[in-house]
Amino acid sequence: MTAMTVSISNSAISLDEAITLIWTEADLLDRRDYESWLALWTREGHYVIPVDPDARDHVDTLNYAYDDADMRRMRVDRLVGGHAISSTPAARSVRILSRFRLMEAGPAHCVVHCAQHLVEYKFERQRLYAADVTYRLTRSDADLKLDEKVVRLINAGDALGSLSYLL
Amino acid sequence: MTAPRLASGRPMSDLVLPDRIETAMYTDPDIFTAEMERIFSKTWVWVAHASEVPNPGDFVSSFVGLQPVIVTRDRKGRLHVLVNRCRHRGATVCERRQGNATSLVCPYHGWGYAQDGSLRGVPYVEGYTGDFDKSSLGLKALRVEEYQGLVFASLNPEVETLSDYLGHTKLWIDLFMKQGAGYPVKTSGEHRFRFPGNWKIQLENTTDAYHFPIVHRPFIESLDKQAEETFTFLGREGFVEDLGNGHSVMVMIPELIDLEANLDAPIPDRFLPLANELAKTHPPQEVRRIVRAVGGTGFNVNIFPNAACSMAFFRILRPISVRETEVRHIAIGMEGGPAAANRARLRLHEHFQGPMGFGSPDDVEAWQRVQRGVQGGPDLPLMVNRGLGLESSSVNHLPKGGVSAETGMRAAYQMWKRMMSA
Repeated sequence: MTAMTVSISNSAISLDEAITLIWTEADLLDRRDYESWLALWTREGHYVIPVDPDARDHVDTLNYAYDDADMRRMRVDRLVGGHAISSTPAARSVRILSRFRLMEAGPAHCVVHCAQHLVEYKFERQRLYAADVTYRLTRSDADLKLDEKVVRLINAGDALGSLSYLL
Repeated sequence: MTAPRLASGRPMSDLVLPDRIETAMYTDPDIFTAEMERIFSKTWVWVAHASEVPNPGDFVSSFVGLQPVIVTRDRKGRLHVLVNRCRHRGATVCERRQGNATSLVCPYHGWGYAQDGSLRGVPYVEGYTGDFDKSSLGLKALRVEEYQGLVFASLNPEVETLSDYLGHTKLWIDLFMKQGAGYPVKTSGEHRFRFPGNWKIQLENTTDAYHFPIVHRPFIESLDKQAEETFTFLGREGFVEDLGNGHSVMVMIPELIDLEANLDAPIPDRFLPLANELAKTHPPQEVRRIVRAVGGTGFNVNIFPNAACSMAFFRILRPISVRETEVRHIAIGMEGGPAAANRARLRLHEHFQGPMGFGSPDDVEAWQRVQRGVQGGPDLPLMVNRGLGLESSSVNHLPKGGVSAETGMRAAYQMWKRMMSA
């Protein structure tokens, strides 16, 4: 083991490092660069959008999305495949993430809470989605990766419109 | 009561012909108003599943047409469906979607009602004369009956029994409930969405196999080859049957009519991980039964006017206005069943349904295109003649067509015509 890797693995992940990854992800999603987005994930990671914003046990409750690596790949294929009439063309989105708090931080992983405002535009209609987002980020080798992302829409329990992009 | 007429004086029931309907069916607000009165206030309307209110004091909010109602279970375990409106000055007595409460108290002046709807408490009752009759001021109660856990209500005190109304659908509902695999069927959450379109566009869709390979190509492409084969049902042995009273069944996958038949058939590849997991705790035959149940049935039962038992979930529609409809896709699970099996059911539901599903958003897009499209050519009819002339007679002596025939839509529209003529 080199001195370099020892120093990385011993220092806790900082909020600045975490925010850099979260903003990178936001930019990739708004630009619909989904291949690059897939590469941000750990193999075991889950992308979760619960129906009940108070739910904590996502695997045993109904979600809008509960995606492992295979499902993320399928979802991206669907969004870019050109055959899904609801996402061809896709809506445009612009999202802002802020109100970051580092809830846990160690050398190998951290948990960040933040707020997301997303404006969607398609066919002369704008819609606003507000959500609390929780990220679990993991350091593997030198890179920080997404290991879990839970997007809790504040109106998740209401009737929603179709989402032709990723939150 | 005389049959409703259009502004032009024509009877509304004239808009339905055996093979087509007129465009105003989707666009005329007067027709919508008449439908709420002649259909949604006259017949049985699905309001809840019994598992949403399992215990005394449980309640769930719902709708009968445009009217907000509360489905409650009283102390003795009986179900009630009550209009959500205080008998004093009209405020809603419940704004929660679901919960448990010993009483429903109006927030405005504090009138309190028991779960059976009877008026129990009136603050400062001495402000009324001695003949103030609490017994006549309970929440307005609807007729309520249940079949296989499906709870229906009616605003019409003279309505026929639910059993008579469901008629030939009961056999199919019984088959549908086999996806409990011996455990009671329970609801396990739902996806709700609205679309800018008339409620009958959704009603038609549940009995429309014709759109499946077109609209749902991305869903089919996301499956493995074996599952892709299962979902390729056009031109095969499936069928659509008129079941009377506007109801119909569309069988897409005939091998999945009776989930307990032919249990020795090989388990599809995509269910092997689940089967292996269940095999740790269940005998082989039980594993086969549960795995088969998890995949759901191969048919949709369309129950006029607002419900469907659709393959592996309940589909409930709620008309909001002539151009707006809310749809609920309610997930189903096995009460007390293996966690791995219920988990697999949730993942299957998420795969197709909901605003991020691989199926529902494309349906929604197609339906709203219909509503936008019919602003053009209001003189043109909507054609529901597919399969007409090619039908045979079912065991019930009713029309039976091929899997992509519009037999189910014609069944619903003939019921619509009958109710709008009364």
